[in-house]
Amino acid sequence: MDLYARRRLRNRIVMVLSYAATGVGLGWLALILGTLVFEGASGLSLKVFTEMTPPPGADGGLLNPIVGSLIMTAIAVAIGTPVGILAGTYMAEYGRYSKLAHVVRFINDILLSAPSIVIGLFVYELMVAPMGHFSGIAGAVALAVLVIPVVVRTTEDMLSLVPKELREAATALGMPLAYVIGKVSYRAARAGIITGILLAIARISGETAPILFTALNNQFFSTNLNAPMASLPAVIFQFALSPYHDWQKLAWTGALIITMAVLALSITARMLASSRKMS
Amino acid sequence: MQSPGRRSVVDVAFQGTLRADPAAASRARTLTKLRLTDNAFRQITRAAAVGVLLILGGVIFSLFEGALPAFRAFGVNFLVQESWNPVTEKFGAFAPIYGTIMTSFIAMAIAVPLGLLIALFLTELCPLWLRRPIGIAIELLAGIPSIIYGIWGLFVFAPFLQQYVQPALIDIFGHVPVLSSLFAGPPYGIGVLTAGLILAIMVLPFITSVSRDVFEAVPPVLKEAAYGLGCTTWEVVRYVVLPYTRVGVIGGIMLGLGRALGETMAVTFVIGNAHRVSSSLIAPGTTISATIANEFTEAVGDLYTSSLIALGFLLFVITFIVLAAARYLLARIERRIG
Repeated sequence: MDLYARRRLRNRIVMVLSYAATGVGLGWLALILGTLVFEGASGLSLKVFTEMTPPPGADGGLLNPIVGSLIMTAIAVAIGTPVGILAGTYMAEYGRYSKLAHVVRFINDILLSAPSIVIGLFVYELMVAPMGHFSGIAGAVALAVLVIPVVVRTTEDMLSLVPKELREAATALGMPLAYVIGKVSYRAARAGIITGILLAIARISGETAPILFTALNNQFFSTNLNAPMASLPAVIFQFALSPYHDWQKLAWTGALIITMAVLALSITARMLASSRKMS
Repeated sequence: MQSPGRRSVVDVAFQGTLRADPAAASRARTLTKLRLTDNAFRQITRAAAVGVLLILGGVIFSLFEGALPAFRAFGVNFLVQESWNPVTEKFGAFAPIYGTIMTSFIAMAIAVPLGLLIALFLTELCPLWLRRPIGIAIELLAGIPSIIYGIWGLFVFAPFLQQYVQPALIDIFGHVPVLSSLFAGPPYGIGVLTAGLILAIMVLPFITSVSRDVFEAVPPVLKEAAYGLGCTTWEVVRYVVLPYTRVGVIGGIMLGLGRALGETMAVTFVIGNAHRVSSSLIAPGTTISATIANEFTEAVGDLYTSSLIALGFLLFVITFIVLAAARYLLARIERRIG
């Protein structure tokens, strides 16, 4: 075989592999989503949203874990978002080139991909051990710790995209920097910051590891933040590993609900972000 | 930017004249108020930024403090001891560390070539209108919560491996020297190999999206020059794109590795949770994160709990180093491109 043919053959092989790899990646996504819909959709009914988790062998739904997840997510966002936005603001507006911002940026990026189970252990040591019992609020704090880095990162990125001419114009009118940020920068970056919050919610709504040692789980309906609280991921974990068929079925249904919620959130976030870029 | 609080010459001159004029005095008051608000807001944002540092400090401190009893009791042996026995209270982290490294290694061995090939497809081969949808679809793999991978792995993937793939592997490699030990034992379905494969799918989107981003940043002139010399697409990628983006690609790989090392729920479902070191890839094993997830709430005794926290501390230190290296490399290439 001459050199030219060999080069072309080699190129052909890599190109085919490259198509195949993409096929594998997309196929896998389709496979997972397909299985979820296939296994979970049949269990999807109104009962899932109105009834409690059943004992083995009985009929029931996922009301208490859904409510628990919503409560903990809401508190986590309420704690994590302001802290994240403020820290992001400092890094983009006040100290963009300062040493502190540099260090925080580095640490934040590491926290962004740090193993979430370690965060669970941290909050266990911080809250559960001193309080002496598992609680919904500890679960919410663990989730808040996961929210902060996501929001810091997107807030900083989005504020950095705001054209500095806008700030200069506002400053020239005599506005102090705090007002420039509040009335100009935040408004210009609003869609991006909301995207960040949505992404953070998507990230935490499926998190299981940090919840296991903080909120634990609860078979009953409870909105008491000082007591163990049920959550969808924890219930899926428990039910999926149980030997009971109806529990496993509910686990699949719960998995479908979470995945759909997470995918809807991340697609919405993406659309928000891209519509902003186009304009 | 002027530093806050410092009174400029203008202010002093201003205040001298305004005593007589009430309108000017009220304006001065407003200005002072604005300045105070500005200063307060700056301090608040600064405190929030410092708060991020405090979180990291808190994580390290609390884990180290919790791990201290275990480190005191076992010393360096904790790292190399294989036995994990809650009854005799002898704990060693060797099996989980080994499992973590093995599963991550399998994951990277599969996800790195796959991710690079997909990035190559997205930047060189894919029609423009398809790039965005396919890119988003691959990134959605990262959005799926890890517990979903776990339940899917346990009920769909593991039985499939047990029934079709593992018997075939045992048949093929059973009589080859060396390799036979990698595939020794009965096909359980769950085990180190299964966990590694699931991890590969999970880290794939991270490697793909970082590689795609750095591939796209290669100046078109370089690629066009190579094409102009008559290079094939593969040769352009191999000799122009990859050398140019090497640092970034390695950064992306490290980022994926950081994820693989710390991944918990998916692995917990499919690894089998056996505290032993086995040369066979299809045997059940355990990882650091899976051990913690499985045993932490059931751990009785301070030493048991402390040993689990010590595992968490080790995991955090390892991922911290890997992620820090990844960020350093990515920052380097960003500086070059940006």
